[in-house]
Amino acid sequence: MGSTQLPPGTEESLAATTALAAAPGEATDMVQLLGPDGTLGSDPIFSDYAKRIDPEKLRVFYTDMAKIRRFDQESTALQRQGELALWVPLTGQEAAQIGSGHASQPQDYIFPTYREHGVALVRNVDLAELLKQFRGVSNGGWDPRENNFHLYTLVLAAQTLHAVGYAMGVQRDQKAAAASDSTDPKAAVMAYFGDGASSEGDVHESMVFAASYNAPVVFFCQNNHWAISVPTEVQTKVPLSNRAKGYGFPGIRVDGNDVIAVHAVTEWALEHAREGRGPVLIEAYTYRVGAHTTADDPTKYRESAEEAAWREKDPLDRLEKYLRAEGLADDAFFDQVKADGDELAKYVRSTTHGLEVPDIRQAFASVYAEQHPLIAEELAWFEEYSAGFESDQEASN
Amino acid sequence: MATMTIAKAINEGLRATLTKNPKSLLMGEDIGHLGGVYRVTDGLIKEFGDDRVLDTPLAESGIVGTAIGLALRGYSPVCEIQFDGFVYPAFNQITTQLAKIHARSLGKLTVPVVIRIPYGGGIGSIEHHSESPEALFAHTAGLRIISPSNAHDAYWMIQKAVECKDPVIFFEPKRRYWLKGDVDVESPGLSEDPFKAHVVREGTDATIVAYGPLVPVALAAANAATEDGRSVEVIDLRSISPLDFDTVEASVKKTGRLIVAHEAPTFGGIGGEIAARISERAFLHLEAPVIRVGGFHMPYPVAKVEEDYLPDIDKILEALDRSLAY
Repeated sequence: MGSTQLPPGTEESLAATTALAAAPGEATDMVQLLGPDGTLGSDPIFSDYAKRIDPEKLRVFYTDMAKIRRFDQESTALQRQGELALWVPLTGQEAAQIGSGHASQPQDYIFPTYREHGVALVRNVDLAELLKQFRGVSNGGWDPRENNFHLYTLVLAAQTLHAVGYAMGVQRDQKAAAASDSTDPKAAVMAYFGDGASSEGDVHESMVFAASYNAPVVFFCQNNHWAISVPTEVQTKVPLSNRAKGYGFPGIRVDGNDVIAVHAVTEWALEHAREGRGPVLIEAYTYRVGAHTTADDPTKYRESAEEAAWREKDPLDRLEKYLRAEGLADDAFFDQVKADGDELAKYVRSTTHGLEVPDIRQAFASVYAEQHPLIAEELAWFEEYSAGFESDQEASN
Repeated sequence: MATMTIAKAINEGLRATLTKNPKSLLMGEDIGHLGGVYRVTDGLIKEFGDDRVLDTPLAESGIVGTAIGLALRGYSPVCEIQFDGFVYPAFNQITTQLAKIHARSLGKLTVPVVIRIPYGGGIGSIEHHSESPEALFAHTAGLRIISPSNAHDAYWMIQKAVECKDPVIFFEPKRRYWLKGDVDVESPGLSEDPFKAHVVREGTDATIVAYGPLVPVALAAANAATEDGRSVEVIDLRSISPLDFDTVEASVKKTGRLIVAHEAPTFGGIGGEIAARISERAFLHLEAPVIRVGGFHMPYPVAKVEEDYLPDIDKILEALDRSLAY
């Protein structure tokens, strides 16, 4: 990485961040500001970014993390009750998602994988819309352009390439805007993926393309330690953030359970990208406390002691400790957060029950953007076939 | 009216597209300064710059995946995959993403990506340079697949492909790249709708359906059959998905006999779909079963024996004899 790409002092820090080889267990080679005990430390570069976060924003971070955890619990319960076919829990990853999501600006575009419910919340996607996919009434559910939050993609890593291509488009738009003295704010793109997806070829290709074209994209890898039942050690022998060096752009490992550090690092990375200095890889070092999806059973592949150790680093607990210690939030605030969470859960539950089952004609209508004779022919057959049942019924009445 | 090769016609078609659509861009390996291994994009980088004509890293999934992202941002990318057999690394992006994004978003998102693939054999090349994978893509809903057989169609069909809001796979008959023909650059004529078949030769005794590289072979076979007093109709399908069954059906109702010829293996191929569909639509008009002429169920063979593999005039005439014997 060239020193011209980074703010003063960053290079040394990032070099230190990325130089260490992977150590099993605790990672010390990462940016951390808010420790598990709730005390705020400092960082030569990112403390300046953390200072931009005012108390109100910190309370929003807490509120959103609590909200999305409550949403996750409710969705898991809905799945257990047979209301959803599957659920992909995020508990444990709230800081990584809420912190990074809040660092984005409205003009930025987000490409999620399928677990970014927290980012969706921050981007103002109606959470009930997320459940459509898991209830089996839609393969999407929301209009991605409304909040610049793309649809979930179930094929691992496919979206990382879409993000880079989109960023290449942003780059061209910005070039045209600069030529026309436009005052549109500069934009960047964020691609979310997990440690499991980091093994997919598309992640590699996306980083090659991003580097080649200096695309304004931030790769945000949530290393939650488990790709279903396979541990990170099987995906990589070095910290994932180290890989960025091989592509020629900065890689930063951040404590993914520290919402303040995640926000600071992501804000830096997005600014870096928006200013035309190229891509950044962030590895948010975190942990999926629950199952990969409601279909698996973590007790079959990992020790409960490991889960317990990570619960000690809980992102909500540490922010609560900090807010209380600093006198930034009181019991009334936390009670209100809990009440709001319960309200959200109630809303999600009632909306889920009310999600409309689509007519298959809707599927016929959206295969192609332009008229297609085979679709017309098969739909006509279906209509005739369906009408046959109706006339049978009429005859029997 | 201008005379040009198919390769030049595609080049001119791309030039016209880049000129009229500022959001269109080309991307692929070696398509810039080299002008593509077949020089189909020759000179375009000089004219439009490397923001519009991108020499990409060597990564097919990357080319298609980033093209999807560009399309989502409002651009119209035209990707080149260097050879048919190299499209498989991009198969995932094409079938699970490109084909499905419009449906997944219930029509809110369009991804007007065009993927150009030089395809087919007969050029004496080595492994992975002579395949015909069109059926693999035709089976996937959400994609449109077309293949021109002459310069005029090549010039217009590539432009229409870019204008189409759906993703289009544009199979270029590489062994016909140097086939010259008249191009009416003023008017697309029948090429206005690239998804329709053309009756390129009228006849009354039998119909041969072909597309891309086999159209000249089908025409030569039909001409040879006249020596035996046979009047053979030839249809250039042009579009593999959607398939213009109406044109084929109308022809079969006239001739009563149908031969489908393509280079891809017959098993599970487009020919089987046409045979089945026409049997359903025009069974009582058929004087003989629909006969397929295509490749064998084997990897595309080594170049020194590819003549035995490829459908040629004799193989089509043999099929015609079998059909007429009923």
